[in-house]
Amino acid sequence: MADYNILIVEDSPTMRQLISFALKRIKGVRIVEASDGVDGLKKISAEKFQMIFTDINMPVMDGLKLISLVREDVNHKGIPIVVITTEGAQEDRQRALALGANDYITKPIQPNRILEVARQLLQIT
Amino acid sequence: MLEEESGYRGKAEEFLQAFKKGAEFTHELLKENERLRFRVLELENALGDHSAGAGAEQSSVLISRIKELEQEKQDILDRIRQVEDENQDFANRYIEIESENNNLANLYIASYQLHSTLDFKEVLQIIMEIVINLIGAEEFSLMLLDEKNGDLRAVACEGMDREEIPPVTLGSGLIGQTVQSGESYFTENMETYQRDILNPMVCVPLKIKDHVIGVLSIYKLLIQKDKFAQVDYELFTLLAGHAATAIFGARLYSDSERRLSTIQGFLDLITK
Repeated sequence: MADYNILIVEDSPTMRQLISFALKRIKGVRIVEASDGVDGLKKISAEKFQMIFTDINMPVMDGLKLISLVREDVNHKGIPIVVITTEGAQEDRQRALALGANDYITKPIQPNRILEVARQLLQIT
Repeated sequence: MLEEESGYRGKAEEFLQAFKKGAEFTHELLKENERLRFRVLELENALGDHSAGAGAEQSSVLISRIKELEQEKQDILDRIRQVEDENQDFANRYIEIESENNNLANLYIASYQLHSTLDFKEVLQIIMEIVINLIGAEEFSLMLLDEKNGDLRAVACEGMDREEIPPVTLGSGLIGQTVQSGESYFTENMETYQRDILNPMVCVPLKIKDHVIGVLSIYKLLIQKDKFAQVDYELFTLLAGHAATAIFGARLYSDSERRLSTIQGFLDLITK
């Protein structure tokens, strides 16, 4: 039984691997991967997650839509969501945060930044 | 009368004798008193000398102990400073190792992904993902060398149309010369760089040993990325070698698959 179930919603396998690689440094973490927003929603409805990392630009359903749907869902609206994206403009950041994202990380990413944000939101000292 | 007179004289002598004895006794008492006072004084002096000597000795011991303790305190403070310096060194080293660890993670994942498939299109897709997500480029192209006519043609691009990218002759212009020399090119001033399709800000030849098979040209970085970090140059070096072998391997594999399929077709025709 994992202490922290974390979902990574990202269409790039390279990015999924990099995010997963960083998060696996947290003890007791279990990673579940989804390749787009719809796949992510299916996985969210199937099990409980302590945190979600999502890209914005993805096929089928983008990350912003995923955030708004999760925040509307009474069962999952409290899950911390972190956006990882190439979109570095201030308005993109504000839009994501307004929809309910807890943090916003721009690419190119460094694994320690992901780890830092995860530890902060999961309240791991 | 004479009897009375001799009686008085006898009593007077008695009194005089008694008085003399009393005087002698008093004198002796005074002498004894004097002697005792002298003795008391002697004892007091002796006692005073003894106390002063012991105090001085004790003070000397205490002063010496204070000096020892002050030396000990100084040694402890020096050690604390030394430990603090060591801690600072360890903290700095930790940050360096963390940074190296992150860089190695990026390089490992890039390398792992590049060699995770033999499908040519997937290899191109992975190269694109690495350049976007790990390097942070917004506009770039990937050109491969046509060995038959020596032209470089775009096979993939991001942030631009492929039709926008003209073929480049080997040795001609910045891109052609970079491929011919096999040496990577980085613009000297990133801030003043003006986008030019034939003069990219970065040009990295993809090569297997000395054999160049293509080139990666970058024209624009993501808005949040203003310069390259050390890890980016390492990623470029990795891409120069690993992307080339991955592309070469995928091409060979697809060629052999195609030939196998052709041979299989002939065999099927013959055997039927």
